[in-house]
Amino acid sequence: MAKHHVTATINGDPAEFLCAPEQTLLDVLRDVLYLTGSKEGCGSGDCGACSVILDGRLVCSCLVLGVEAEGRSVETIEGMASGDALHPLQQKFLEHAALQCGVCTPGFLVAAKALLERKPDPTETEVRYWLAGNLCRCTGYDKIVRAVLDAAGAMRGN
Amino acid sequence: MDYRSPGSVKEAVELLTAHNGAAHLLAGGTDLLVKLRAGFVTPGVIVDLKAIPQLRCIESEAGSFRIGAATSCAELGEHTALVAAWPGVVEALHLIGSTQIQGRATPGGNLCNASPAADSVPAMIAAGAICEVAGPAGEREVSVENIVTGPGRTSLARGEFVVVFRLPKPRARSGDAYLRLIPRTEMDIAVVGVGVALTLDEKGVCTHARIGLGAVAPTPLLVADGAAALIGTRVDEKALDALAAATSAACKPIDDKRGTVPYRIKVAGVLARRAARIALERAKGR
Repeated sequence: MAKHHVTATINGDPAEFLCAPEQTLLDVLRDVLYLTGSKEGCGSGDCGACSVILDGRLVCSCLVLGVEAEGRSVETIEGMASGDALHPLQQKFLEHAALQCGVCTPGFLVAAKALLERKPDPTETEVRYWLAGNLCRCTGYDKIVRAVLDAAGAMRGN
Repeated sequence: MDYRSPGSVKEAVELLTAHNGAAHLLAGGTDLLVKLRAGFVTPGVIVDLKAIPQLRCIESEAGSFRIGAATSCAELGEHTALVAAWPGVVEALHLIGSTQIQGRATPGGNLCNASPAADSVPAMIAAGAICEVAGPAGEREVSVENIVTGPGRTSLARGEFVVVFRLPKPRARSGDAYLRLIPRTEMDIAVVGVGVALTLDEKGVCTHARIGLGAVAPTPLLVADGAAALIGTRVDEKALDALAAATSAACKPIDDKRGTVPYRIKVAGVLARRAARIALERAKGR
């Protein structure tokens, strides 16, 4: 079957790609567009390492078809820093050592960004529930949660 | 394999008819993409329902809410009027997966994937939801408890799909609640799930009740004996005892790693009692 021609906006820039009907958005991002920041952990929507923001909604890109991106806006980890300036969440993840192997990190950052866009002043409980779909097998979550709370404070100007 | 995204119910029915069983429906994709990847399904064509306006709406009419079957749980949870009217239904929808899953998962998918443990279904049963179904033979209405016929099986004919869930506007002094048991705090499949909806009269006597029960039988169940235990009472301890007993009696569970038969039967009664208490408080509050 012929590939589909898809036009989307990725990290604010227009993008066009060809993809097979069954190809996931994650596969398109990584293997067609070479945006390899989004990771495949489980491929079944359990781990959140492939998290992206699709038209303002946090989703697992492994559970979205590439063709579904037609006409839509996709935000990935690659769009998070502004040039050489890290996003406050990225900066705080470094300061708090909120990562070890790093495979889960892009997903946590994108998910945390989606949270802080909705809720600039979340409680620790809200952070933990929001991030329950992101699995980390190294840090034990505490440093990640602290980094997110600290970043939220920095972004509010505290 | 091909992908199609019809813009109307009519077009979707035509596609499904033309492909005669080789088409698979895509709503949120949280089940279908996992099955595709695992090779459990190999569709001839994937028919994405999300471009059909009726399947992506939340409308408030005079007597009811109309919820498009392919509306995401996240959108439903942000609808203030729906949350106020049917908090139990929205809580059940909110329990389906993570934040990421909430952004994609839909009530139509949760129902038609036909898992016995689907969280939204007992709450929808308790609320008395009606499914508006479209298909090659035209449109029909089906009570939500009559959709699932067994694990992974539904009463929908080939080419049929759920377009809209219709939820009645709650009467005065009504409340609903959904509770499930999982061994963790989040991110798990129900061991037992119970939805309760009830209405009181001006004297506080229960005039209407519906109980939905999940994860303890091959299909989600409507527990008529549980409702009968509440109707005509003030939902006092004696009535709650009778509700718990009726709910436990309705269970036909399996033994598995998530719960034994006696445990599930016991917990079903406990959750029914607790959910009824929450529904009662909500009913008294309005």
